[in-house]
Amino acid sequence: MLHRFANPNRFSRLAAAVLPWVTGATIILFVVGIYFALFASPADYQQGETVRIMYVHVPAAWVAMACYTFIAVMSAVSLIWKHPLADIAARSAAPLGAGFTIIVLATGSLWGRPTWGTWWEWGDARLTSVLVLLFLYLGHIALTHAFDNPARGAKAAAVLALVGFVNIPIIKFSVEWWATLHQPASVIRLDGPTIHSSILIPLLIMGLAFTFYFVTMLLVRMRAELAARKARALRLNAAE
Amino acid sequence: MIGLLLLIRRDLKLAFRGGTDAAMAVVFFILAATLFPFGVGPDPEILPRIGGGVIWVVALLAAMLSLERMFSADYEDGSLEQFVLSPLPMVMVALAKIIAHWLTTGVLLLVAAPVLAVFYNLPAAAFVPLIVSMLLGTPTLSLIGAIGAALTLGARRSGVLISLLVLPLYIPVLIFGALVVDSALAGREYGALLMVLGGFLLLALAAAPWATAAALRQAIE
Repeated sequence: MLHRFANPNRFSRLAAAVLPWVTGATIILFVVGIYFALFASPADYQQGETVRIMYVHVPAAWVAMACYTFIAVMSAVSLIWKHPLADIAARSAAPLGAGFTIIVLATGSLWGRPTWGTWWEWGDARLTSVLVLLFLYLGHIALTHAFDNPARGAKAAAVLALVGFVNIPIIKFSVEWWATLHQPASVIRLDGPTIHSSILIPLLIMGLAFTFYFVTMLLVRMRAELAARKARALRLNAAE
Repeated sequence: MIGLLLLIRRDLKLAFRGGTDAAMAVVFFILAATLFPFGVGPDPEILPRIGGGVIWVVALLAAMLSLERMFSADYEDGSLEQFVLSPLPMVMVALAKIIAHWLTTGVLLLVAAPVLAVFYNLPAAAFVPLIVSMLLGTPTLSLIGAIGAALTLGARRSGVLISLLVLPLYIPVLIFGALVVDSALAGREYGALLMVLGGFLLLALAAAPWATAAALRQAIE
């Protein structure tokens, strides 16, 4: 299974076939999700309309963390089996993850102002650990591009991704270990979600929409990266 | 084991005979810490309150400044390749370099820290917590830093890159290190915080030499 898709050409063909479907799914999910989030869901009895920031903030946070986990898994695959596509996947996912993390921090800050009365709270472990996640993404991107030999950059970045993975459980459990401003988990928990279905369902649709958007962009970026490699190889061949 | 000690001795000799290089980190440590009273004003109320945090931040930066030299000389003159060929496991090589780095920077920072504490008018009650927290924290800085130093070997602009990789991972040590001093100043119990710092040290000790060894092997491929 793992080696069946090691062939970049086979992967490219498969990605080209899948791409229109995931793109369509992304658009439909976003249209439905945004309609539910902005119009068909109730405003919070305490926070009023600002609660709608959640429909961007929470899915972006899920995807930002899932993306880092994805990069860490791909890095392990790349280091252990030297799978040629794993490096490309990790490299293509990192800027996307950084983007989602910026969205999380920006929307969280905008949401924090009316509800907590502050843009940024240094004492909160959730905020700090997500900021560290952003720095890890930036470090990963910088390290990938820091070497003249791209293979060396990919390997170094893979080691960094695995080391930085310690941060993911810290983000997840920070709200339980250090209960300060940020509220604890209310969707992904052992005894089931604690929020009402009129809010939960739009949230899950937005979560799916963000996930499909991530998959779409990942496939586009991976195909572009493969095409760039091919172009480079052809140019080198032509020059010889 | 003997190889480990020999490597540490070699690095210490190189550091001492290299003269000023090893001392630079400490000079930076003291110099940077003296900037803060000029920046925030010489208020005798404020300085003791921020002292512990400032000393920790500056120690962290000083440790980071010295990271770039950790493997670069061995990388450039080919010693690193000889280490890989030698029967000594790469993990031991990494551990030896980390211990040598701590002995040539961390220990010196530990010695200089009380001097800065006096500059900042820290009360006597904060001295022991500061030293003990740095004793537990600075080896962690060397351990984490070694990963960053090994990963960036041969990179363009490796100095800036190291700080980008290593500083986010230093944040937990900084938080708990500064918290120890703060708690001592406020008269609170700080034993549990020291145990957290010790936990970071053990965690880094368990993971960092292996990650560093993996990174070093890639660097010379």
